[in-house]
Parts: sequence; C-alpha cells; structure tokens
Amino acid sequence: MLRVEKVSKTFYKGTVNEKVALDNVSVQLAPGDFVTVIGGNGAGKSTLLNAVAGVYPVDGGEGRIYIDGRDVTKMAEHQRARYIGRVFQDPMLGTAAGMMLRENLALAARRGKRLGLKWGLPAGETAFYKERLRALDLGLEERLDAKVGLLSGGQRQAVTLLMAVLQRPPLLLLDEHTAALDPKTAEKVLQLTEQIVSENNLTTLMITHNMRDAIAMGNRLIMMEEGKMIIDLAGEDKKNLTVARLLEAFEQVSHKSFTQDTALLSK
Amino acid sequence: MSLVISTISLGLLWSVLALGVYITFRVLNIADLSVEGTFPLGAAVAAALIDKGAAPLAAVAAAAAAGMIGGALTGLMHTKLKIPALLAGILTMIGLYSVNLRVMGKANISLLGMDTMYSRMEEMGLSKEVAVLAAGVLVVAVIAALMYWFFGTEVGMSIRATGQNPQMIRAQGVNTHHTILLGLILGNALVAISGALIAQNNGFADVGMGIGTIVIGLASVIIGEVLFGARSFKNSLIAVVLGSIVYRAVIAAVLKLGMSPNDLKLLTAVLVALALSLPLMKEKILAAKGGGANAAR
Ligand SMILES: Nc1ncnc2c1ncn2[C@@H]1O[C@H](COP(=O)(O)OP(=O)(O)OP(=O)(O)O)[C@@H](O)[C@H]1O
Ligand SMILES: [Mg+2]
Repeated sequence: MLRVEKVSKTFYKGTVNEKVALDNVSVQLAPGDFVTVIGGNGAGKSTLLNAVAGVYPVDGGEGRIYIDGRDVTKMAEHQRARYIGRVFQDPMLGTAAGMMLRENLALAARRGKRLGLKWGLPAGETAFYKERLRALDLGLEERLDAKVGLLSGGQRQAVTLLMAVLQRPPLLLLDEHTAALDPKTAEKVLQLTEQIVSENNLTTLMITHNMRDAIAMGNRLIMMEEGKMIIDLAGEDKKNLTVARLLEAFEQVSHKSFTQDTALLSK
Repeated sequence: MSLVISTISLGLLWSVLALGVYITFRVLNIADLSVEGTFPLGAAVAAALIDKGAAPLAAVAAAAAAGMIGGALTGLMHTKLKIPALLAGILTMIGLYSVNLRVMGKANISLLGMDTMYSRMEEMGLSKEVAVLAAGVLVVAVIAALMYWFFGTEVGMSIRATGQNPQMIRAQGVNTHHTILLGLILGNALVAISGALIAQNNGFADVGMGIGTIVIGLASVIIGEVLFGARSFKNSLIAVVLGSIVYRAVIAAVLKLGMSPNDLKLLTAVLVALALSLPLMKEKILAAKGGGANAAR
C-alpha cells in the first residue's frame, strides 16, 4: 500500500547546517498495516511522514515513494492529498478555524476531486456529516454551523481525524496527533483512532512519543534514530512486546544507551 | 441633502474598492499593495477608452480585465517566484505607474463633457446626483451578490480556506498557488472597476489617484467590521459597504469642520493604525485589569 524505497532527505544541503534527516530509508506497508513509529527528538519521524505526504521533495537520486502502486515521488503535496489522510500535532493545523464545521467537512469530502462552481454546501450532504459526527460521540452533530475555532483542541483533532478518513484514503498519516492534548482527551482521541482505523481497515502510520501507546496500538512498530529505522517489529514479536523488551532491543541495536537519547520518550 | 446623497454615492463607488481589498486582506489574508496601481489602472484604461469614444460600460469591463492582469502579476510573483506578497504588490504598484502613464499618454485625461456611465443614465431623465447614486447601488448590489455566490461555491470555499490555513487546504488536495492567484485576480478586478467608476464621477483620471487607496480600502473594511460586525460572510460584505459609506461621511464631516484636504491622508492613516491596533490594545487593557487572556501566562 505504501512503499518507500531508499529515500533520503537532507536539509540545508551543502551548507554548514547540512542535516541528513532521512538516511536511505526503505519500508513497505501492506494493506491494513497499522504501524506505530517512535524515536527520540530529531530522529526523522516527522520528516518521513512529510516526505510521504509531499510537503517537500526528497533528495534526488534513486529514492522512490509509491502509494497504492503509484509512483508519487514527483507529485506535489496537493496532488498526493487524494491518497492520503493526515492529522497534525497542532490541533490548529488540520482545520480552518474561521469556517463552519460543515464547510470544513465539505472540503474534506471533496479532497482530490475537481472543484467547480457548484454550491459548496448542498443540503443533501448534511445527513451524511451528521451520521459521521455522531460516531465520534462528542455531540458535534449538533454544531455543524459552529465555526471550528470555537471547538476545543480535542474536538478539533477528532474533526481533523474524521476529515482525514471521510473518503477512506489508501493511507493515513498521524504525526503525534494527541501530543498537544490533555491526557484524558488524548486517550479519547486515541480510542477514536483505533476505532476508525479498524472499522475502515486503513493502512496507517502513527508517530507517537508514548511508548505504551506505540506498543499497545497497531500491528507493527518501527523505531527511528538519526534518520534510520533501527527497529521494525511485526506479528508475534509486536504482539508480545513490552516496554522492557523494547528497551532491550533498543540497547542492542543502538550505539547509545537508552537514557541518553530516548529518555524523552515517555514510558 | 445633496451632500448626504453625494456622500452615500461616493461611499458606494469606493465600496467596490473596499470589497476588493476585503478579498485580499481578509479572505486571503494578504496585504496586497498592487491596489495602489490597479485602482489608477482601472481609471486610466476606462478614461483612455472613453476618450477614444468607447461605450462607458465596455470601458469599465476593460478596466476590470486590466485589474485582473495586475492582480495576476502580483500573484505569479508571489506564488511562482516566492517573492513575499507585500513586496510583490509593491513591485506591481510601481511598475503600473509607468504603465498607467503609457495607457493615458499623459499624466491625466479629462472626461468633461464626454459620455460616461452617469451621463448615459442622465439621458434617461435622472439628475446627475440620482444617476450616480443609482449606478452605485446597482453596481454594488450586483458585485456583492456575485461575491456571496462565488465564495459559497466549492472553488470560493477553497479560496477562503487558503487564507485561513494553507497547510490544511493543501492537505485537502487544493493547489494554493491557484487559489491565491484567483483571489488576487478577483480582488484587483474590483479595485480597477472602482477606479473606473470614480474617474467617471470625478470627470478625470490622474496618474496619482492611486496614492493611499490601500489605506482607504483597509479603513472601510475595518470601520465596517467594527461597527457592523463580521459574524458571517454575508454580514461582512454588507458591513464593508456600509464601512465605506461611513468613511466617506467622516471625511465629509471633517472637511466641513474646516480640516484641510491636504491633511486627509494623515487622518486616514492614523485612523487605520488605531483600528488595526484595537485588538492588541483591548487585550492590554484587559490584562492590566487582570482578566486578559495573557494575564495568567
Ligand atoms: N523543515 C526543516 N528544515 C530544516 N531542518 C529540518 C526541517 N524539518 C526537520 N529538520 C531537521 O531534521 C531532523 C529530523 O527532524 P524531524 O522533525 O523529522 O524529527 P522527529 O523525529 O519528528 O522529532 P520530534 O520527535 O522532535 O518531532 C532534525 O534535526 C530537524 O532539525
Ligand atoms: Mg516530529
């Protein structure tokens, strides 16, 4: 479903600030894979997701990115958007605050479609939006005409998540989408994430700083360090994973001790 | 009485500029200075064509087309060449100064005694005063209705979203280069139309008539929003038009009170600076009272 082949990304190439954020990364996700991604600050997790989403071009050369069999390496961000649902860390980034909930959903319902001079808010779509909002169980189905800026951070993340999957995309990218929320709200949004991903059988990459969540969720876990994937566990290995085992695996493959680099990961 | 009518009429003709500035400044969230070039461009194109005997309405249409090109230049410099929007607008504005001189062939064109939109309406039996008012009402009603419709369409919605959150709308598959370009084209079309309407009302087009128009547009938008609210898009459109009329009323009042016309631009600049700092000042005052949003930080 997603195939990343030998992709590198260097920021500020050829300057003293040169930074290799992705170092020849290859990874393949099967349809329905739910992969959690962990790693210390600056490990390259966000760069990986942004490279897949097309936020910036990757280094030239043999690096290739395929979604659903299509080579998207050279596609602009807005062209790939039709294949990708995204939720960002900052709840402000996923929605247009000054527009109504209804308008945000309408834009998401048209993702990747050719926009025309048809009225953007046909009355016939209201029932569909209400039904999907009701599934979030946050009472938002009554607030279709509210400006999204009036919603709480957690509600906005839930809405962004819904917008991301409204068209059942081939690929869902979540970049620490609960990191800015209080623990209770984060819990709720994670629950929704699991529910939505499994109901729609979505192929998903989810970055998290929380090791427990990374272990508890999904069917595969990847750990990144210095632009490389240093751990990739799936199947039974992933099912039986514990924090202790993960730390052990980390110390085996990494030249650093756990506390030095990864202490920022919360157990 | 006639001062009241002419103030309202002028406010309406200028409100077309304000609606254009509303598109760039509020909808797209760009301070677009091309306005200072496209307003006199609209006036110059219309005046030059009328001077050559063109029909007034056709001259206004040509002015709109010229404004679109001006807006497109700014948009292309900003999106394709990555020049900051403010600077791109300034470049268009400066470049258009020369273009406007070329279009007119001299620094100004007099339209006295020529066939204008208003003289055409006078021929239908209206007084000049009523003709301008009627034309203003008609034009503004049509433009506001078209804007309300357009910004409710799929494309219009994506332009509004671009101004609010470009990252979000790109993630929804929209090419923000296109939406920014389209917004600047439409905004400057309106600005140029306003220039064409004002020139016909003044009886001349002058290469210097663009100076300060961005501030006039901003003043109208902000006065309108402060006095008449911005709850919905429809509400904002009406507020901007009324804001433009109020601005003209303030100008007429201070002139009547003996202020020198030379000081008007200073007054407008001070007004806009105050209005733009209003949100910050409100917050500061609230914070000083201990109840502001930032007080706890
Ligand atoms: N747009 C950018 N411009 C320049 N450097 C960048 C950019 N994005 C990331 N980097 C650099 O690339 C490296 C990897 O960053 P990245 O954001 O991918 O890390 P991360 O694993 O997501 O970390 P975190 O957990 O802190 O979010 C870092 O050194 C970062 O400073
Ligand atoms: Mg990150």
